[in-house]
Amino acid sequence: MAQKTVLFAKHVECGAKMVDFHGWDMPLNYGSQLEEHHNVRQDAGMFDVSHMTIVDLQGPNTRNFLRYLLANDVNKLTVSGKALYSGMLNEAGGVIDDLIVYFLAEDFFRLVVNSATREKDLAWINQQAAAYNVTVTERPEFAMIAVQGPQAKAKVATLLTEEQKAAVAGMKPFFGVQAGSLFIATTGYTGEDGYEISLPNEEAADFWQKLLDAGVKPAGLGARDTLRLEAGMNLYGQDMDETVSPLAANMGWTIAWEPSDRNFIGRAALEQQKAAGTMKLVGLVMEQKGVLRHGQKVVTEGGEGEITSGTFSPTLGFSIAMARVPASTGDTAEVDIRGKLVQVKVVKPNFVRMGKKVI
Amino acid sequence: MSNIPNELKYAPSHEWVRDEGNGVFTVGISEHAQDLLGDMVFVELPEVGDTVAQGDDVAVAESVKAASDIYAPVSGEIVAVNDALNDSPELVNSAPYGDGWMFKIKISDESELAGLLDAAGYQNVVDSE
Repeated sequence: MAQKTVLFAKHVECGAKMVDFHGWDMPLNYGSQLEEHHNVRQDAGMFDVSHMTIVDLQGPNTRNFLRYLLANDVNKLTVSGKALYSGMLNEAGGVIDDLIVYFLAEDFFRLVVNSATREKDLAWINQQAAAYNVTVTERPEFAMIAVQGPQAKAKVATLLTEEQKAAVAGMKPFFGVQAGSLFIATTGYTGEDGYEISLPNEEAADFWQKLLDAGVKPAGLGARDTLRLEAGMNLYGQDMDETVSPLAANMGWTIAWEPSDRNFIGRAALEQQKAAGTMKLVGLVMEQKGVLRHGQKVVTEGGEGEITSGTFSPTLGFSIAMARVPASTGDTAEVDIRGKLVQVKVVKPNFVRMGKKVI
Repeated sequence: MSNIPNELKYAPSHEWVRDEGNGVFTVGISEHAQDLLGDMVFVELPEVGDTVAQGDDVAVAESVKAASDIYAPVSGEIVAVNDALNDSPELVNSAPYGDGWMFKIKISDESELAGLLDAAGYQNVVDSE
């Protein structure tokens, strides 16, 4: 039996096609994935992301614990509410998960981790936390709704109290704030403006309905995938996993090498990988007919690679992909599409931001 | 419930066949098939004049989700293709039995028709998935 989020009935009401997503019954689309995609790029769409796992960490040693647990350095977080994206690595430097950490107070940080990795993440965090006397508390009593798109903030604002509006006024990207019963964060997985809002389960269906009434249209996992891929954002389990170094997953920018005396899990392995060199994750663009797909072989002068995520880009009107290729790969490569070698352009893995083409 | 028109014949691989007279048959994919594939983004069609055998992969339907081969439900010669799909592949989603047709075959062996499914037979295929 797949788990259902508290918004399951709303999805069915909205005409969703439900699919199993790592043990969760989630909406794939509500009719047309393409329309949902365009709606997020041009107006405002919402995603049920209640399956994601919220983990609160508390105790006076929490900051030190996170400086050891994560490859990015939470000492970059100096202002309450500020968030940071990081990989959580194993000793071999492989990515256990990618996550967002919020600094709420000196003794209180919040993690949002992937649902597909929930059990191993919790086991790992608990195992590492013991030595730091950090309390690890999962928060299944919260649902989460991501509202994304150029009109997202304005439409959410129509639902907020004056106090809540004041709390989010002028909030910069990658911040979170508790405003009444809502935890409102300026984060997302689409490359658009918007919020990810955590709220008590019992309030979620009502909030969803009010968003619908405010003109926010629901969007499913299908659109979520094409949006995040256009934005060049990794999908755990597809673009990287425990066997992949963050250096080979376009996550080098999330590794805080300085200060050099900060010991974090995986550091020694990463330093060796960096010295030896790794593959790299690049973007591919194919302007001719056809669609690049996960698993297709990439052929370059320096050797073979593989497409980790590929799709038709609804915003650009042609196919894009992320691929792990040899470090020597230049501006072009060939992809084996159903037995035919097709030339593609190699670009930075970032295709669309704020509704605009960036390649 | 998926729409399966009674007047058409079906292949178990989800193509439908419409008798246009004079041995010409129009081919497309069923509503159920387009629903499984999701939004169509490209359709690669055969060439007019191609000779095809029953079961050959003659076209490719690429949706946001997957690339799917389209098989010739009967043997014969391709006498027309739906060029409108080059610019509007979404017709396969919006009108799978109408404007979303893919190609027309001039049949070479009428006896193959007997092996195709009627609407009830195809419904059984859909139900068993």
